[in-house]
Amino acid sequence: MSEMLNVENVAKSFTLHTQGALTIPVFEKINFSLQAGECIALTGASGAGKSTFMRMIYANYICNEGRINIRHNDGWLDMVGATPHEVLDVRRHTLGYVSQFLRVIPRVATLDIVAEPLIATGVAKETAIEKAKTLLTRLRIPHHLWSLSPLTFSGGEQQRVNIARGFAVEYPIMLLDEPTASLDADNRRTVLDFIEEAKAMGSAVLGIFHDQEARDAVCTGTFDVTQYQV
Amino acid sequence: MTQIQSEYNFAYLDEQTKRMIRRAILKAVAIPGYQVPFAGREMPMPYGWGTGGVQVTAAVLAPQDILKVIDQGSDDTTNAVSIRQFFAKTANVVTTEKTTEATIIQTRHRIPETPLNEDQILVYQVPIPEPLRFLEPREVETRKMHALEEYGLMHVKLYEDISRHGHIATTYAYPAKVDGRYVMDPSPIPKFDNPKMNMCPALQLFGAGREKRIYAIPPYTQVTSLDFEDYPFEIQKWEENCALCGAEDTFLDEVILDDQGNRMFVCSDSDYCNDRQAQGHRGEANREDEMEAAQ
Amino acid sequence: MIGSHDVLLNVENLTMMYGARVGCEEVSFDLWPGEVLGIVGESGSGKSTLLRCISGQVAPTHGAINYKTRANGVRDLFTGMSEPERRFLMRTDWAFVHQNPRDGLRMSVSAGANIGERLMAVGQRHYGNIRATAQDWLGKVEIADERLDDLPSTFSGGMQQRLQIARNLVTSPRLVFMDEPTGGLDVSVQAKLLDLLRGLVQDLGLSVVIVTHDLAVARLLSHRLMVMQQGRVVESGLTDQVLDDPQHPYTQLLVSSILQA
Repeated sequence: MSEMLNVENVAKSFTLHTQGALTIPVFEKINFSLQAGECIALTGASGAGKSTFMRMIYANYICNEGRINIRHNDGWLDMVGATPHEVLDVRRHTLGYVSQFLRVIPRVATLDIVAEPLIATGVAKETAIEKAKTLLTRLRIPHHLWSLSPLTFSGGEQQRVNIARGFAVEYPIMLLDEPTASLDADNRRTVLDFIEEAKAMGSAVLGIFHDQEARDAVCTGTFDVTQYQV
Repeated sequence: MTQIQSEYNFAYLDEQTKRMIRRAILKAVAIPGYQVPFAGREMPMPYGWGTGGVQVTAAVLAPQDILKVIDQGSDDTTNAVSIRQFFAKTANVVTTEKTTEATIIQTRHRIPETPLNEDQILVYQVPIPEPLRFLEPREVETRKMHALEEYGLMHVKLYEDISRHGHIATTYAYPAKVDGRYVMDPSPIPKFDNPKMNMCPALQLFGAGREKRIYAIPPYTQVTSLDFEDYPFEIQKWEENCALCGAEDTFLDEVILDDQGNRMFVCSDSDYCNDRQAQGHRGEANREDEMEAAQ
Repeated sequence: MIGSHDVLLNVENLTMMYGARVGCEEVSFDLWPGEVLGIVGESGSGKSTLLRCISGQVAPTHGAINYKTRANGVRDLFTGMSEPERRFLMRTDWAFVHQNPRDGLRMSVSAGANIGERLMAVGQRHYGNIRATAQDWLGKVEIADERLDDLPSTFSGGMQQRLQIARNLVTSPRLVFMDEPTGGLDVSVQAKLLDLLRGLVQDLGLSVVIVTHDLAVARLLSHRLMVMQQGRVVESGLTDQVLDDPQHPYTQLLVSSILQA
């Protein structure tokens, strides 16, 4: 197995200038490693900072100290010190992230939203659309909804569109923030299949799963962030 | 009579003013089509009556010149008669209605049908000298556009013509490019006359009194009317010939004869038409007259 | 999609003074091909002054604005280029979308003539071709075919804005400046315009500098953000980073001031 992600001595705190420059420390000296083909579940109580850690890896949150090394283009790139352009390139080709919320431009068709990340990697539009159709079909989004904006959908449907979009590109590293939340049994099964397929292809997966059942089904290990809390 | 004349300087304007205008004219001739500002004077006639043309004529007029003045091609309309009398009185020059005799022709809205020669000067009266004004009202901007030769806007106007009318409907003041450089407004002459400006042996001077601009086309200068590849420049055509002289290739005026809808078309250039009739050419109306006379 | 690593526009230490008053001060950034850069900040923060300078409308007091031209390498907009060159660039390789479409359109001529103007400005002289291109662009900005010969004054605000975009993009510019392009439009119309803009930016590989005070618009359209306050850039970075983990007090205030619908 080869290492895909390596977190070294990472620290994070928030400074709230609007509240008298109040500083809230979150983490100290996190060390973590993720291998190809693995699926690690982040654990810890609600509010322990699981999502925060994930966002730090995605460079959505800024780290105050340490390094987050990503295997990218046959080399290592530190996301903490990377330029915005480097981060965007990593996100486009190497690092996928399924958040809990779908954030899209109103009016864009579901099919286009799902195909977009794939097109951004340089894949032909027709190929990307075909892939999007397959994903939406597997996630049981009815055909007649594909041409509509997902903003009109139910919460569960939006979450499935979000997952389809996240899995459109076969990223070497995937971050999944509660991918199975608010899904019915069939669709939860499908998402777990997606994760198994990603692992089989050698992707490294880091996830937050609230239900024990899902965690047991796909995860090869756990990582408790509580120990690094300040 | 002589005493009244002596109260005016030659051609009404003082010598300093004429020099100033001549300097503007020289610059205009040196930069064909470029609008040269000049310190236009108040003339004893209202703006719109040819104050620009009159000042240019006054500046180039010499005692031995023979002056012809036309308005819409005609020598005997109010404007033409007034200006002719003005110079007859203030400069004591000989006036004529014959294009071939004249050395200076001041015109409002026409170029004579008779080809001009190297010894003649044609002076145009110009109401609005700026061809770009239609779409760009800012003077600072239009001057910059001329300076940088940014003339795309002229074609926007022609485009708009075609999209509205199916053809270039601009029939007067049709924009033309002078010597491959400056686009100018040839004053409200019919576009029928535009080709006459091209490589014309006579010097052509344009005077705008209200806006105080002078521009020029030196003799034998290329003047190209703007157009599109698929909508080339065309002059007006008439199905009729001149009812008086029978000419087939002149600019015709429509004359309403009565309230029954009867009308006829006659040459707008009255001198040209008279000449042809004198040479024995006859149009439909004249032939009927002769037949009646014969009976 | 961000294409190559060659910087298209490089701004260094740009300062614009209005007498003793600061318009913008010591602003530096790079813009890459295919990249959308958002500039946010409240009214008077210097966003529009910066945009006017970098789009060549007004010379800065000092600082460099280097643009990678198609044919002549990297040139400074004001010290390395003559006015005719700059104006040519502005109507061919660049586009400027005004907040008020009336500032960017010729209201007295038809939609077709508005779109065709840039083509005629670069020397196209075939009416049929110009009209066909205008028609095509009208379709791209989702305006019905039969409106080609109508005056922009008969269009709704949203349509006028889309017409302005078509008029600007017809010469396939590489760099587009936008000044609050969705300001003054109804929310439903804004969404349509955002969708259109994003599609065009992606399909045509445009580089965009967009000034807006609407953080939601900035998030949806731009790759990177610069936050301006009192003429200075106080924070810049990845759009989602700046909005989700703002570091500067002013950015935090901006982000926390958004009303939740």
